[in-house]
Amino acid sequence: MTDPRDTVLTHALQAEGTFDPGRAPAGIKRIPSGVDGLATEHLVVNIGPQHPSTHGVLRLVAELDGEEVMNVEVAVGYLHRGIEKLGEHRRYHQLGTLMDRGDYVSGIHGELAAALAAEQLLEVEVPPRGQWLRSLMSEVNRIASHLVWFGTFGLDCGAMGQFLYAMREREALLDVLESVTGQRMMFNYVRPGGVLDDITPDAEQKLRTFLRTIDSYLDEHHALLGGNEIFQKRVRGVGVIDRETGLAFGLTGANLRGSGVPYDVRRDKPYAAYTELDFDVPLGATGDAWDRYLVRMEEMRQAARMCRQCIEGLPEGDVMAKVPRVLRPPAGETYACVESPRGELGVHLVADGSDTPYRFHYRAPSLFAMQVLEEILPGHLLADAIMLIGSVDIVLGEIDR
Amino acid sequence: MSQVLAPILPVLAAIGLMLANGVVLIYMLRKVLGHLHLRLGPVHVGPKGIVQTTADVLKLLSKEDIRPNGVDRWMYVLAPVVVFVPSLMAYAALPFSETLRITRLDTGLLYTFAVLSVVPLGVIMAGWSSANKYALIGALRAAAQQVAYEVPLLLSVLPVVMIVGSMDLAEIVAFQTGVWLGVVPRWFVVLLIPSFVIFMIAALCELNQTPFDMSEAESELVSGFATEYSSMKFGLIFLSEFSNSFVISALAVTLFFGGWTLPFVPDSVLAPIAPVVFVLKTYIGIFVFMWIRGTLPRVRIDHLMNLGWKWLIPISLAWLMLVGVVVKLVAPGGVA
Repeated sequence: MTDPRDTVLTHALQAEGTFDPGRAPAGIKRIPSGVDGLATEHLVVNIGPQHPSTHGVLRLVAELDGEEVMNVEVAVGYLHRGIEKLGEHRRYHQLGTLMDRGDYVSGIHGELAAALAAEQLLEVEVPPRGQWLRSLMSEVNRIASHLVWFGTFGLDCGAMGQFLYAMREREALLDVLESVTGQRMMFNYVRPGGVLDDITPDAEQKLRTFLRTIDSYLDEHHALLGGNEIFQKRVRGVGVIDRETGLAFGLTGANLRGSGVPYDVRRDKPYAAYTELDFDVPLGATGDAWDRYLVRMEEMRQAARMCRQCIEGLPEGDVMAKVPRVLRPPAGETYACVESPRGELGVHLVADGSDTPYRFHYRAPSLFAMQVLEEILPGHLLADAIMLIGSVDIVLGEIDR
Repeated sequence: MSQVLAPILPVLAAIGLMLANGVVLIYMLRKVLGHLHLRLGPVHVGPKGIVQTTADVLKLLSKEDIRPNGVDRWMYVLAPVVVFVPSLMAYAALPFSETLRITRLDTGLLYTFAVLSVVPLGVIMAGWSSANKYALIGALRAAAQQVAYEVPLLLSVLPVVMIVGSMDLAEIVAFQTGVWLGVVPRWFVVLLIPSFVIFMIAALCELNQTPFDMSEAESELVSGFATEYSSMKFGLIFLSEFSNSFVISALAVTLFFGGWTLPFVPDSVLAPIAPVVFVLKTYIGIFVFMWIRGTLPRVRIDHLMNLGWKWLIPISLAWLMLVGVVVKLVAPGGVA
């Protein structure tokens, strides 16, 4: 007895034109079905939305020939909360709280993008200490976010060892963020005009302790996972996103830099205090999963380096400019972007002169990283497909909104 | 009365041993993995969480036994039994000491491997009958893996058999008593280290453990072949996994680490504690399996096949030949 839901699904897929057993992706040799008189057929597997390693509620409809992925369709929307529409009914300084719930792993960046956009409309100048604190908290959050990626990427490859070690380091950073912002994930710290509060002596001391040890810890993490022969065999040369594909799909961040394109918002469209900070932009060579891994590992080191510079060079002064309680920017539109751990996170605001935006939209880097999966997964094995979802580091919160 | 009980008692002993092992090993796994992963493992139920496994078994027993729509009814019900019974049977030939064993078989080694090789059949049945795509993929992986790794596993123990000249596990242990040159134990792990390495790799595969947990592959296949099993049917599959790791580890101890014997310890001291020595050695082996499990990533299925067919089988064949030639040259009339 077959499950009637299967039939419905298959029919739906046929109607959409995605389920086509006769179509082989380029570069794949098909074994003609019916070898030795036995009929073969492809297996359509729903990976997710309830699945241990889809990083939230992603659903992949994968068509398998044995272990090999022939075709993938990514289905999203299971985490839709209507954030953009909600934003049209929030005042400008409230947008940060919505952005926190988009990419919930790196809230500071979302808040910062929203605040930058509002500031561009209002033409507000942020005091230097506020700028530097923005950079500092961004980088602290970046390391925390990359550590989550590092731990779960290992899980996707079947290794359990590194996960909680990465969480241990992240915990120290969350303590810092908690001490400064009062929250561990939904910070609401970056506001139009500056930042909510100054860094506390407690946070500064914790951060200094963390920065003393992080490089050696990262070496250990890298030795545990990246130094493993099995892991290297799994990621080297797998999931190659070449330069052209990366650019065509609008990839940004580590996914694009892994393919060797030197684009980093912090360097190319500087915001906050990044013009005054000294950092390198690591690049990959071939664009495989291993390159993306190495780029992210190096980014953590660079972020730690920037944190050190920020702590040492933090200028004196106010952290917040004088802004009115209710922001009423003049009519107009603007786009502001930041380099979030996942790539270029941009906020597009259309103001109509009232205290709420007429349109609030944001460019979520994960959305583009997710779309490239449909391009790169076919031809890989099922196990690699799971690993590659981890390798592009997507957060469903900002995809579905 | 005793004539009636005599054949039943060893069977009851085996069941008791297997259940006790399961309970201890599950607790041990959680604690070992926990501490490897910077966690504590179970801490709440009982002192240091030692009653946690019991609580879990009770929970499994009280769960509804769900049989999903569309399963192949008989195969689905039978599969956990086919997985469980051979793991139970495998205890029969294990020599815990010179006298303590369920039965003495001249072909103990062959028997143990023979019954263990039935387990993947149950895995395939479970996956095939579950009417679940993840389970099906898991089952097919188990089939491929089984074919690729049973061969090197058996080939890796043949040198031991050739040298000892017997498949009786007790004789294999007896052969390994004493020391060479006054310091080196006469264990086969010293003499046949390539065999031991191949045995360990193939055993990990046989046990379905990380890095070779293909048929379960939690991050890919949810729970692989066991996805649709619930309640005590799942309990049986789970239990048999732990029981198998005990049996395989006990075989490693018997074949390569001198079984219940210890070097430098006189027989009079050893005799009463022999079973304890055997179980301790076996648990050390299991700890090593858990250690590997907690550290390594999962091998990809095609790499696994490559390793099995292109490396392990040729190497074990060549090694087998080499050992054969050396044995013939050194002791033409047989070693024993």
